[in-house]
This record gives sequence, structure tokens and C-alpha cells, in this order.
Amino acid sequence: MAVETAPPPAAPAPTAASLRKVRFALMLRSLRENWGLFVSTRVGMIGLVIILFYLVLALMHPILMNTVWDERIYDPVVGYAFDETRQPAPPSRSHLLGTDPLGRDILSQLMYSARSEFLLGLLAAVVTVTIGTTVGAIAAYYGGVMDTILMRFADIMVMLPGISVLIVLSALIGVEHFELALIIGILSGFGGTAILLKSQALSVVVKPYIEAARAAGGGPVHIIFIHIVPNLLPLSFLFMMFTVTGAIFSEAILSFLGLLDVRMSWGLMIHTTEAAGYLLQVGAYWWLIFPASLSITLLCSSFYLVGRAMDEVINPRLRRL
Amino acid sequence: MAETAQRASAEDARPLLTVERLRKHFPAGKTRFRRHTPLVHAVDDVSFTLARGESLGLVGESGCGKTTTGKMLVRLIEPTAGRVVFDDGAGQPTDIATLRGKHLKEFRRHAQIIFQDPYESMNPRRTIFDTIAEPLQVQKIGALPERLDRVTEMLALVGLTPPRTFLFRYPHELSGGQRQRVAIARALIVEPAFVVADEPTSMLDVSVRTGIMRLMSDLAAGLGISYLYITHDLAVARYMCDRIAVMYLGKIVEIGATEEILRSPQHPYTQALLSAVPVPDPTVERPPVTIKGGVARQVDPPARCRFFDRCPLADDSCETNDHPPLEHKGQEQLVACYKA
Amino acid sequence: MSGAPLLAVTDLTVDYHTRAGEVRAVDGVSFTVETGQALGLVGESGCGKSSLALALLRLLPESAQIRQGQVLLEGVDLLALSANDMRAYRWNRIAMVFQSAMNALDPVYRVGDQIIEALEQHPSAVSQDPAERVRELYDLVNLNHNSIDRYPHEYSGGMKQRAIIAMALACRPDLIIADEPTTALDVIVQDRILRELGNIRRELNMSMLYVSHDMAVIAEVSDVVAVMYAGKIVEYGDAAAVFKRPIHPYTRALMSSFPSVTGEKHDLATLSGEPPNPLDLPSGCHFHPRCPFATDVCKEQAPPTVRRGTQWADCWNPPGDEADG
Repeated sequence: MAVETAPPPAAPAPTAASLRKVRFALMLRSLRENWGLFVSTRVGMIGLVIILFYLVLALMHPILMNTVWDERIYDPVVGYAFDETRQPAPPSRSHLLGTDPLGRDILSQLMYSARSEFLLGLLAAVVTVTIGTTVGAIAAYYGGVMDTILMRFADIMVMLPGISVLIVLSALIGVEHFELALIIGILSGFGGTAILLKSQALSVVVKPYIEAARAAGGGPVHIIFIHIVPNLLPLSFLFMMFTVTGAIFSEAILSFLGLLDVRMSWGLMIHTTEAAGYLLQVGAYWWLIFPASLSITLLCSSFYLVGRAMDEVINPRLRRL
Repeated sequence: MAETAQRASAEDARPLLTVERLRKHFPAGKTRFRRHTPLVHAVDDVSFTLARGESLGLVGESGCGKTTTGKMLVRLIEPTAGRVVFDDGAGQPTDIATLRGKHLKEFRRHAQIIFQDPYESMNPRRTIFDTIAEPLQVQKIGALPERLDRVTEMLALVGLTPPRTFLFRYPHELSGGQRQRVAIARALIVEPAFVVADEPTSMLDVSVRTGIMRLMSDLAAGLGISYLYITHDLAVARYMCDRIAVMYLGKIVEIGATEEILRSPQHPYTQALLSAVPVPDPTVERPPVTIKGGVARQVDPPARCRFFDRCPLADDSCETNDHPPLEHKGQEQLVACYKA
Repeated sequence: MSGAPLLAVTDLTVDYHTRAGEVRAVDGVSFTVETGQALGLVGESGCGKSSLALALLRLLPESAQIRQGQVLLEGVDLLALSANDMRAYRWNRIAMVFQSAMNALDPVYRVGDQIIEALEQHPSAVSQDPAERVRELYDLVNLNHNSIDRYPHEYSGGMKQRAIIAMALACRPDLIIADEPTTALDVIVQDRILRELGNIRRELNMSMLYVSHDMAVIAEVSDVVAVMYAGKIVEYGDAAAVFKRPIHPYTRALMSSFPSVTGEKHDLATLSGEPPNPLDLPSGCHFHPRCPFATDVCKEQAPPTVRRGTQWADCWNPPGDEADG
């Protein structure tokens, strides 16, 4: 949408092109401001550092596999530590976190799993929030029958015992990370997230600017996506963080129970330990339990901490003066 | 009654807006499982006309139905019954209560509304440009460069100068008075023939208020806009309106030329309302307000005069008869009272 | 005017801490209120009038701090009292009626019980039977006795405000501080409450500090008027004098911009500009950017006090004194 007027105006009046620039600058400015607030919360920074740590682990894995690690020894699923005489082997120079009962390198498993944990968590979060925000906004805007139907459906979703449903589903169909993320996303998106975002949307719907938009001739799509959804986004991002935590946690439980068709995950690592009978010998075989369980705890809490920090950024009343 | 009401808008043969027997009844509370649904008579049989370029003040206490009336005229609330005929002289007179789809959207270019609260009437996440350009955006008027020009023009028109310094600010960076100017710009950018102004100055500071009032008067005169000016403040109505309609519990109880009504109010409620306005002069002792009690109930009101319970003049005939019709009582204005 | 005044405020200064920096809400304000007198404090939003009222009661939010000054109630400095002693002063000696007070009634208790509770917290003040006192108070504010046992949601806005006034009067205070008590009410209800407040005040010889943005209401309730702008009192004097011959250009602008239903319809004056940003106050006289009479000296130096009898104003260019300087 370039404007082609012959002589450029004396004073640089705003044009369509400069409009985009201004909008970009405004976005940057608000990002900068919010980042400043986020940094000042400290818990958020702790969370962010942990997340970055695991992100680096996840990204390092393919690089290591292609360079220093021998695939036959270090493959997280089918590798075998020929260099060790007894499995599971305690940490050594070649296996920094030791090996598992099947002779596989624990560090490699840990790093390999980190990537799928991230993908799982983020996919579940995006699905949750997309559904939750849309459903919440629609229910609040239309009210009446539409509201009743969506909210009763949400009630059903909330009442379903999440883990049990996942167990049944994984018994019926093969559930991998991708399917798991979708199921978690749908359950939470149509359920609790939708309910919470709808109550937030209700406070937006009654604002006079919604009426002003209607008086301007704006239809439902305009009002929902230009006025309601943007005002829900801060809260949506918050729920995204909490959904990531929930998704990683659910995955760990299901994998531990051996119900998922995943190649490798932190939960599965503990499952392997348990299946081989080492679970109750934590003292002697700590490297079989701690790396995976600590990772689950850390990554879950890091997203939670980031969520809490975002809550402070969004919610001025929680801010310290 | 229709003929007499039209007489008020003398010169212009056809009024811009003709409101006939407009009603809005809301169900009171939960209604399921009850044989009879109690109804709040928010607006009850209201008729008036609004001439081109005229400014009509709708005055009354909170809960009298003035805002509901205003919102029905711009179709933010659906009337229960009655007609609102809009005739801008260009097309056929249309009853806006029946408009749908693209006809309704088209009508919205001609009728706009300005809200009371300058803080809540704009989306905090949208810039001033986006806010003012919204009607153009949803009506698909002009491309982006033209919209920018229009918005810049409007900002200058409402006195936010230099306009470019305001374009990309957010509402929270503006003061209440400046925001109300933005709200006026948003309403006027589609060049409406008719604007409902719902207490646009009641939340502003005194020193800023007159600026907004003057701006609205000047714009109305310059652009030929008709206002329905909703206010609880008779003094403000005096400065903004050619005519005043006083509302009480969903009914217009008195309507006529502003100075006429202020000089010789006929309805006991108008008289009470006038005598209750504080006077900014410590040496003046106002006469006591004569009406009694609080506001009567709006849920399924009895057929008699709505003002009966509080009226100092009421007698048996007021109790047995229906609510009185609006008629002349020896004065220019129309009054709904048996005793006036 | 014999003896010491009931309330004497000297050089009161209140700051707020905000992210953007220190904001001076009340800037060295001094005034007195005599026994039985009503002082009307008028100003626009953000001028510091509410902060001043809260500071007198020591009810400021945590982010605010009283920098300096004295608040003497019959010679006792309220700012020097311990928190406990101050609590005894509130309600007993100084009572308050705020605009938001309408929401101060607890929705789950009967209104009468709430007043009794307030009475029982200050047993020293009233020796008679609390229930009897509540009935007396209801008479005083013209509320029907059968609404004593009702819940707040059964009260209308005007009734709630009257109940709040009853509660404020419960302990027979010497001074009542009212901050916009009728702003949310309709004119007819406002009229009735103002009249009642006036009657009660005369009957009990009670002093009042009435805070409002509404010149007309101030004119009706006050004996003495103080006009506040940007944290300072810019004009002070007998209500009749101030309204008849205002000195400060701001007071004059406020008055001539006030629409009236009575008398001739005069043109409304428009003050240019916006109320000042408290983070960035104009130099010299804070009013100079909006003042039609501003001269160079107004921009540079704080204005001197001009007196006319008991009335005074801070201004470089008061009317009729053009030759000055």
C-alpha cells in the first residue's frame, strides 16, 4: 500500500508506510516496558534462566550426536554403552550421568527428551489458549444460548478426570507427544481456560467501547477479534505458561505408567528405572532417578515462575511501587 | 398529539427523526417458572420529533429511561414497541427499528453516540488513530492514507493540535477532556446527521467542561448536526439545547423550548427538579423542594400518573385516571399533568 | 471568633511515591475551622483536595507520606498521636462521609447493626442505649425507623448516604469531613441531604469541612471557602465575599464557567488548557499557563498574597491592581 504522490510533502505527514513503522515502534516500546517490569520481578528471571538452560540442552543434542557422540553408544533409544562392563553404570568421564539399566546414556536421553518436552508443552499451550480465548470471547459476546451451550460443555470438560481420561485414551489409541498435546489442549481449552477467560471477557463486553464499536457498525467478528480478544491476550499468555507446566507434568505421569507411545521422555526414563526394579534403591542408583525427576520439577516450575512474573506485569495491582 | 409535537420544529417541514410511542420493557429479574413476568417499564410510550440541526435535551434523574431512549435511537437497544422514523432528506424515510444487516450498517453512518465516561469508552489497547478511524474501518470507507488524512483533520477540528502528536498515543496518555474530544472525533468522522450525546460532560472538570460544550455546539452549528443531548443537569441543558424534554419513570412529562420551560415550568416534577439545582451564590436562599419520597417503582407500574406518589398536587382524579397525555396548558410547552 | 479555632492546619504537605517519581499532592496548606463553621474546599480532580481530607484523618494510602505540617484539633496535634489514640479521635471527634462511603456499608449486615457496632467501638462517646441512639440518629437524618433492620441493598443511594451520615454523627463529633458526599446522587436527593446536613450542623453546632468540585454546592453549604489548585489553596475567604468578588483568576474562571439555571443566560467562559500534571508543575504561579492575565513575573516567581479584609488570594495580577508592581 505504497503512496505514490509526486512531490514529497514538506513536513513528513504520516503515510501508510510510516504508519506501519509507527505501529512497529509502538509495539517495541510496549514490549520494552513490559520486559523492564518482567526483569524487575526476579522470579520470572529465575524461570527464564532455567528454561534457557533446557533449551540449550535440547538444541545441543543433535549437534553432539553429529560430532562427538558415537551413535551406537549414545543413541538415547537404541544405543548401548559398550565401554561399560555393568549396566546401569554410575557416572564416568564418558557418561557424565551414567547409563540406564539397558545401557543407554542418561545425559543423551535427558537432552533428547528436553526437545520433545518443549514441543509438547508449547503445542498444548497454543491449542489451549487459542481455543480458550475464542470460546471465552464468543460465550461472553453472544451470551444467551451460545453461552449456555459452551459453558455446559466446559463444565463437562472440567468434570472429566483428566489423567484417567488420558489413560483410557492411550489404552484405546496410540498416543504420542503430538496427540497428547492436542488432547490436553482441547480438554483445557474448552474447559477451565474457557471459563476463566470468559469471566474476563465479560468485564470487557460491558465496556462502552464495545457499544461504540457497535454504533460504528462493527459486526461480531470485528468486535470479538479487535476489541475482546486483544484485551484477553495478557491473561491468555499467563494461562499458556500454566498449561505448559500441566502438559509436561501429565506427560511425565503417563510415561511413568508406560502408557505413551513415545520413544523417549523424562517420564519414560523413570519408568525404565522402575521396570528394571531400581526405583526403590535411590541411594545406590541416584543417577537413574534424579536427572529425570529434577528436570521435570525444574522445567515445570520454571514455566510456572514465568507465569507468576507475567501476572505481575499484567496486573498493576500486584506490582510493587 | 403528533401534530402538536411537530409544530415545535416549525420551519423544517419534515423532522429528521420522528419517535412514535417508543417503549422498552425489560423483564425484572429471573423470569423462568413464573406465570406472569414482571416488567420494568424503562421507556413507556415516548413520542417526540427532532428537527434538522436541532438539539433536544433529554433531562431526568438516573433511572428515568433517558439513556435507554438514547440507545434505542441509535439501535444499541432494541425497542419493545414503537417507531423511530429517520428521514435525512436524501432517501425514503425509514423506520430504524426494523433495519437489518447492511441497511442497519448504512444507518450507523448517519447516527452516532458519544458516551459519558471518557475513560471506558475507548479500548485501552488501541491508539487514538485506530480509535477515531474505527467507524471508517468497519464501514470500509477510504484506504489507509485517506483515513489518516481524515483522522488528522478530525483531530484538528476537535482542537487536539497539533494532530500528529496525538495520532499514535494511547488513551491513558490523555486527560479526560482530551479523551472526550477523541470520542467526539470518532462520532463525527462519518459525518452523521444525528448524534446521541449521553452526558458527555458530566464526568469532566468544570474548567474543561465548558470547552467541550462549546466545541459540541460549534460543531453542531458548523456541520448541521442534530443532538439528542442526555443530561441530568438542567443548567447544562440550558446551554446545549433548543428544546428540553423532561423524563420521569419512562415518560416524558414536559417538553418545550428550553427558556420557556426554565422560565415557567408547568409540571410539578419539572418545578421540583428546577428548584433543587444548587445556585452558585451564597446569598440566595432557594425555596424548599416540594415533592416527597423517593423514586416510585418501575416494575409493572399502575396505570395512573407515574408521578402520583410524589406529587404535591395529586388528588383522587389523578389516582383513578390513566397517566395524563402530553398537551398544552396555556403555555407553549406540552405538559403531562391534570393539575398544571 | 473568640478563642482558638477548633481545627488549625499549618503548612501541611503530602507527597505520593509513584513509579514516575515523587508527587506533591498537598503543598504547604494552612487554614483554620472555627467551632460551628463550615469550610468549603473546592477544586478540580487531582488538585489535592481529597488527599488533604484524608491527611487530616490520617487515612492516606501507604504510598503517601505527610512531609511536614501540623493538624491541631483543639490544640492537640493529630499528626503526633499514636495510631491507637488517632483511632479514638476518628468517629469520636472527627467523623467522615466520603463519596465512596455508599459502598462502605457491609452488604451482609443490617444497617442498624452496623451503626450500633460503630457505637460500641467507642463506648466513651455515648452512654445511652445504642439501639435508642440509632433511632435518634435515624430521626436526625430523616430515615424511617423501619429501615433500621433492613440490609444495605434494600436502601436507595440517598438512603445509604443518609445512613452513612447517621453513622458519622453517632458519636457526636466536633468536626465532620465530607468529601463529595452527594456527587453520585440525583439533584432532588442531593438537595434534601444538603439541607439536612445544614440543619443538623446548626442544631449541634458542629464544624464541617466540605470537599467538592461543584461551585454551586460549595456556595450552598459553606460559610468560608477555600479554592485549591495544584496542591495549594489559591484563594480563601468568606463565602459571600469570594462568590461576590473573587480575586484569583482561577476562582473567577470557575465561576464564570459555571452554567446556571437562574438569571440571564451569560456566555460561559472557557479556561484554556488542561489541569496541570502534578509530576511536572509549571514554574512560578502554577496557574500561569492557563491564566488570561499572566505576565512574565508569573512564570518565574511564586505569587504574593493579596488581602481584602479576611479574604486573600495568591496572585501577581489581582483585579483592580494592574498598577501594582
